[in-house]
Amino acid sequence: MKVHLTRQAAICWGLVLATILLGWFGRDLAKALDARWLVKVPPSWDIPFNTYISAAMAWLMEEAAVGPVSFTDATRSIAWLIEQPYELALNLLAHGFLFDPGPEPQVLLPAASWIAVTAAVIALGHYCRSWGLAALVGACFAYLAVFGQWDSAMVTLASVLIAVPIGAGGGLLAGIWAYRHPLGERILSPVLDLMQTIPIFAYLVPILFMFGFGPVSALVATIIYATPPMIRITIMALKAVDPEILDFGRMAGTTRRQLMWRVLVPSASQSLMIGVNQVIMLTLNMVIIASMIGAGGLGFDVLAALRRLDIGAGFEAGIAIVVLAIAVDRLSQAFAERIGQAHHTKPGSWAARNKRTVLVLCLLTVTWVLGRFSPLLLDYPQSQTITTGAFWNDTVKYLNVNYFDAFEAVKIFFLQWFLLPIKKTLLGIPWPWTIAMLTLLGWRAGGWKLAALCGAMSALIAVSGLWAKAMVTVYLCGASVILATLIGVPLGVLAALNRRAGIAINLLIDTLQTLPSFVYLIPVVMLFRVGDFTAMIAIVLYALAPAVRYAAHGVRSVSGELIEAGLVSGCTKWQLLRLVRLPMALPEILLGINQTIMLALSMLVITALVGTRDLGQEVYIALTKADTGRGLVAGLAIAFIAIIADRLVNAGARGARIRFGLES
Amino acid sequence: MTPKTKLSCRNVWKLYGANPESFLRENPAPSGEDIRRAGIIGAVRNASIDIAEGEIFIIMGLSGSGKSTLVRCLSRLIEPTGGEVLFDGVDLLRASEQELIEIRRHKMGMVFQHFALLPHLTVLQNVMFPLTVQAAPRAKAEAKAREVVELVGLKGREDYYPRELSGGQQQRVGIARSLVTEPDLWFLDEPFSALDPLIRREMQDEFMRLQARLHKTIVFITHDFEEAVRLADRIAIMKDGEIIQVATPEDLVLNPATAYVAEFTRHIPRSKVLTVGGIMTPDAQAEGVPVPAAARVSEVAEQIIAADAPRPVCDANGRIVGSIGRTAVARVLFGTGEAA
Repeated sequence: MKVHLTRQAAICWGLVLATILLGWFGRDLAKALDARWLVKVPPSWDIPFNTYISAAMAWLMEEAAVGPVSFTDATRSIAWLIEQPYELALNLLAHGFLFDPGPEPQVLLPAASWIAVTAAVIALGHYCRSWGLAALVGACFAYLAVFGQWDSAMVTLASVLIAVPIGAGGGLLAGIWAYRHPLGERILSPVLDLMQTIPIFAYLVPILFMFGFGPVSALVATIIYATPPMIRITIMALKAVDPEILDFGRMAGTTRRQLMWRVLVPSASQSLMIGVNQVIMLTLNMVIIASMIGAGGLGFDVLAALRRLDIGAGFEAGIAIVVLAIAVDRLSQAFAERIGQAHHTKPGSWAARNKRTVLVLCLLTVTWVLGRFSPLLLDYPQSQTITTGAFWNDTVKYLNVNYFDAFEAVKIFFLQWFLLPIKKTLLGIPWPWTIAMLTLLGWRAGGWKLAALCGAMSALIAVSGLWAKAMVTVYLCGASVILATLIGVPLGVLAALNRRAGIAINLLIDTLQTLPSFVYLIPVVMLFRVGDFTAMIAIVLYALAPAVRYAAHGVRSVSGELIEAGLVSGCTKWQLLRLVRLPMALPEILLGINQTIMLALSMLVITALVGTRDLGQEVYIALTKADTGRGLVAGLAIAFIAIIADRLVNAGARGARIRFGLES
Repeated sequence: MTPKTKLSCRNVWKLYGANPESFLRENPAPSGEDIRRAGIIGAVRNASIDIAEGEIFIIMGLSGSGKSTLVRCLSRLIEPTGGEVLFDGVDLLRASEQELIEIRRHKMGMVFQHFALLPHLTVLQNVMFPLTVQAAPRAKAEAKAREVVELVGLKGREDYYPRELSGGQQQRVGIARSLVTEPDLWFLDEPFSALDPLIRREMQDEFMRLQARLHKTIVFITHDFEEAVRLADRIAIMKDGEIIQVATPEDLVLNPATAYVAEFTRHIPRSKVLTVGGIMTPDAQAEGVPVPAAARVSEVAEQIIAADAPRPVCDANGRIVGSIGRTAVARVLFGTGEAA
């Protein structure tokens, strides 16, 4: 078969080839020309953004003031406001109310008994849906008690109980503001975009700077992380309210406030509850990361275990987070459903209508009173806990002793034939060439606006003095995304075409997604030790889900008529896949890859813990040193990479959809 | 005595596009061609109507003809680009937000095509809602709500939620809710279009029964000409944002203003629209029991055809005004559609 190349394709392939060759021989070339500036941005060109930012932060903390109220006063009062309810929840669930004065604090009222708390969630499960749900959440909480994770879990639960109402409520208010004022949406929308692309770590640093190390900082970070989706969902949900309902509200003569709170918000409540569920899940995602700036509980247990490479303890605490997440997630989903369909109130007195509440309150009081005589009723007995830590440790030890060579072989193979070549090429490409190529790509995909964005952002990275680290980031992220795509897309296609495989794959993906990102690291580190390969595996595991999901969805939603047209034309199964299904699913697959890139970038900072040398590490170092400027600059650099990738891939997907006539 | 005008609009325009206000200011009476050339969409063009107190005024047109936009201009749910809307002689477009809220709370009610019931409230709470937002005393509001719920025939279902009711029942709730504040002016935006044909008929009868009791001034939107003919005192026909003709159903059938209107009326059984007065021979004498001039031909056709000779026709006061014979009736019943 003769290959026909159009001129455009020829130029395109030529450029790609030139880039690869340049990358591969870039260092030698630079040496030969005696032009080191080609591969390394001269330090004299650096703009010290980090010093500027640090200075600005220092000014903010020390001198900024509006009238008599200084910025520090403002942050302190915010901290105080958050701290009060948090203390209350923490004391109720974990610490007990103490009588403070005196060297030996007296316990005024111990924390709620594990029996009462478990009974409460069971009652809630029954109230929200059924005995089935009640059994599930009851089992989850019993697990926490039996496996000795109770105290940490309650600390985590307390922070969730505070972060979720603030995040959901604040998100709702911000969303309403944006809905009411078009200007508000225009302000919020880019801010939300940026917040969702900047890795969480980047804003941990300024928060640490403003609020100090401790649970309040952790709560603030969690709230900032968990709120954006609530704002988006609020705006969307309010816009989706039937216009007739809006008209009715106005015709009924409602004031603006009545219209919002008595007509629009209740009508949108079902969609709004999806937002609340998102907030809850994101809050639980943040648990481990927040423990880096002072949150206690399960997250801290995982982090501490990871630091001393105690796989058993880390795994147990990680599983406990998952168990807690499952319980809270299912409860909140059921609750959302219940709210969505109003229920009849039964007649009778308050106590008769709220039997469950009465029962739980009684149980709480009884355990408090009897707890004075029998501590068993308050705390699950230590001696009865089961630990699986030793088991996990032994398993890993066994694997390491017996299969060390096999693991090592796999690792070296990947490093030598996959990771290192990519790394060498990327680091070798002269930076002006990279910027030029990105600009060209932006221009081809989305016109001069995208070209300007790509050019400006990559140039900013170059002058921030982080070019080499940014390239390592791109390399690690790129390699992981390539691998995730190679694994994920075929899995997705398989899931779409074969029902039984689909069920199994879905289960796998669901499991991977509920696990907090840190949990992936632990077993991988144990088997492959620290390094780029370990980081890559952790990133692939974390970022696999969207590649699978979108590919499956894309292949599934190819129109039946097209498939039939293919069949009638006499396509074999394989031809049908190659010629009809995959091309039509391409836009969806591209969007999936886009999501994979975003997840990979957000996982990068976490992998810094296992010793990568990229922007993630830069952020992590800044965090340990509380160096705001350095952290923010590195964080923004990651965000820039994310934004460039996101815009380019999106423009590509759009182009594909336009070609297929799915979008105009 | 002619009844007084309740609601009227003068030269109302609603244009969508870039800066339509200044376009209309520079060009107070643009033609369809002008509007198209300026890249503007004319949703309502130069609408002027007068609606008398106690009248059922139907605005009829196909989808996209601007009828919904016009009714929303009349209730100021949509801000018209130009013109004035007089409600009881007061220009609604100059009312402040507070005044508008007061007018809507006490003088207007509206029924929607897809019911627009609040999903989280029971039937009774939905019906009470307009009173609740006025902060009316609870006991009084509840008593009033129960009264209208009974009026629309939903007694016993006060504690149901909207999703537990059929479409027809849901619209009864919508109707009850729009009546609970005892408004003078009642807007109905395609209230029966989302219902099955059988239920629709039943609801139309119900609507006529209610109106016979309540004597509201009604602005009723529909795309169903049969429905319009059945219910209307007068009909305005809209096309492409313009009102083409305003007339009684009989007039529309007898004297359609344009071919478009004629096309609509063609498939309507004439006997159900035309009155005896419209086809009689005026001032002619006849023997026998007189038939009323206001009766629809279909109602009296059988007895006229059965009679051997023409029958006299009397007006509302019993005065003989003409006569009608079987030829005239037969022409209506079996005719080719050409009016007598």
